[in-house]
Amino acid sequence: MTTIELVDVAHMYSSGQYAVKNINLKWEPGVSSALLGPSGCGKTTLLKIISGLLRPTHGRVLLNGEEVNHKTPKERNIAQVFQFPVVYETLNVYDNLAFPLRNRHVPETVVRRRIPEIAELLGLTDKLKHNSAGLSASDKQLISLGRGVVRDDLAAILLDEPLTVIDPHQKWHLRRRLKLLHHRFKITMIYVTHDQHEALTFADQVTVMNNGSALQTGSPQDLHSKPQAPFVGYFIGSPGMNLFDAALTGNQISAGRYSLNLPQDTAKAIAGQSLKIGIRPEFVEIHAAEQPHSIPSTVKEIYLTGSSKILDLYGADLHFKARIPDTTTLHVGDTVWASFARQWLMIYADDEAVNLPLEETVR
Amino acid sequence: MSIRNNRAWLFVLPALLVMALNAFIPFITVINYSLQDILPGLPAIDVGLENFQTVLKDDLFRNAFVRQLGFSFLILLIEVPLGVAIALALPKKSWRATVSLIVLGLPLLIPWNVVGIIWRVFTRSDLGIVPLFFNALGYDYNVALNPVDAYWTVVIMDVWHWTPLIVLLCYAGLNAIPDAFYQAAEIDGASSWRTFLYVTLPRLRSVLTIGILLRFMDSFRIYTEVFLLTGGGPGTTTTFLSDVLVRKAVGGFEFGYAAALSLIYFFVILVISYAFFLVLTNVSSGSRTR
Repeated sequence: MTTIELVDVAHMYSSGQYAVKNINLKWEPGVSSALLGPSGCGKTTLLKIISGLLRPTHGRVLLNGEEVNHKTPKERNIAQVFQFPVVYETLNVYDNLAFPLRNRHVPETVVRRRIPEIAELLGLTDKLKHNSAGLSASDKQLISLGRGVVRDDLAAILLDEPLTVIDPHQKWHLRRRLKLLHHRFKITMIYVTHDQHEALTFADQVTVMNNGSALQTGSPQDLHSKPQAPFVGYFIGSPGMNLFDAALTGNQISAGRYSLNLPQDTAKAIAGQSLKIGIRPEFVEIHAAEQPHSIPSTVKEIYLTGSSKILDLYGADLHFKARIPDTTTLHVGDTVWASFARQWLMIYADDEAVNLPLEETVR
Repeated sequence: MSIRNNRAWLFVLPALLVMALNAFIPFITVINYSLQDILPGLPAIDVGLENFQTVLKDDLFRNAFVRQLGFSFLILLIEVPLGVAIALALPKKSWRATVSLIVLGLPLLIPWNVVGIIWRVFTRSDLGIVPLFFNALGYDYNVALNPVDAYWTVVIMDVWHWTPLIVLLCYAGLNAIPDAFYQAAEIDGASSWRTFLYVTLPRLRSVLTIGILLRFMDSFRIYTEVFLLTGGGPGTTTTFLSDVLVRKAVGGFEFGYAAALSLIYFFVILVISYAFFLVLTNVSSGSRTR
């Protein structure tokens, strides 16, 4: 069981651009975790730094508190599964799975015991004698995974967008196997993806990355209810968070004709910073009649998503979206009363969340 | 699909004409010659398969054939591993790689007859650097008199001339291997030898197939360079099949014999190349290259 820790890690490629910077992250043993972010945000770079394929230009990689910056992937004993399935084509499935063990000169008696066990878990038992080159992408990816978990002293398994080239109907199957392996071996898994659905359904702990920085680490619920950065707000959720550019006048922060009263010391602390107000579409409440602090809004567009409706609204000089159950009858052009659930309102000052009690008014 | 009228033939006609002039007519002419006894100015006489029998019983042909096989396999044994090794040693994707490739590719740009002449000059006992070098070491090198010297000089000339082809092919093949394969091998803890064996070599299979086929066919037909360097001598040490063919057809006016020899020659190259192809594409049965 291994704790993985990154301290002040940064990496610069030869182009002079930082791929990742100021990374401080920690993974407890046995955690199932995801790195989520758009393409090019540095998540793959981070993965390679953990596995040892890349040595970071700054900072330290710690395994169980011991610095391993200078150690090779083999010495770190970390497995990695790549976006494109890698199999050794001249070896059959059995020999592929045995490859990492034989590289480490594990006795053949152990290999003969271990491989059928792993094959059983992966559902590859009847394919052990098959040629690996002719298999489906999904089976090849299972083999890549198998080559990782076959080592019983493995510190962690890193997955770099492992479902990208897998057929949709096989994705579910593969992910189920992945969860099974995690459950069986209690192995630390770090899963890189740009697909929020994949990340949020797979992992207990998700780190959202953008532009080389780790913005927030938390449970899927945390990321949804309390996004600590505007990017986390609109990257996670479908549609993403409503974000309004805001201005400060005295103790009052306002966007359009919507205002909130801030405690005086908070207002002082954020004065002069770039401000945003955020609210998730799920937390925009729609009423048929006026309520305290509600915004008269016009329905501009209605999108049906099956179980719910997404409304495009305009009110208090703001454009925003609301997600409501598909039970209410509404038409484009109708006027409704929208209110923002107070406990879910977020304020961001220079892209960082300000958590505080709020009082709202609509002029 | 059915063809409703014959107009479609008009479209394939140009291609057919080219094929006819290029392949069918010469080929049929050679077959025709091989079945006749021909002397210029006299009517040809049909002799059936007599020419083929003569060729197959001829010691000149038999010895040249064995020598040719030995030569082709020897240069493959040298050029393929050497080419792969050089390609692996080349720098990757920088100006150094470009410079190295250009320098390595130079021998490929030299016309074959010039290659022969260059090596002829290299090995001349009065002014060549090769004899000078060996003489300095105390070895009396003489390409014109010593069969061992002549044979190995031809081998080395071919290695010098054609190893770059294998290098270029392998270099392209190496660059086509995705990094993930090497990274996976590193993660799996493979030694560099096992990485070469299980990642690099299997992924080079298709380019090596092409390289080996080309080198086999070309070396099996080697003529110009050897003719200029040694003239097939001393004795018959470096007399290869095409040399025999030219001697019979041009020097001896034995057109029937030469035609029969050409066909046997052609057939041998075809069969051996096909055998190579089968072996190389089935190194791991059932596998396909992507």
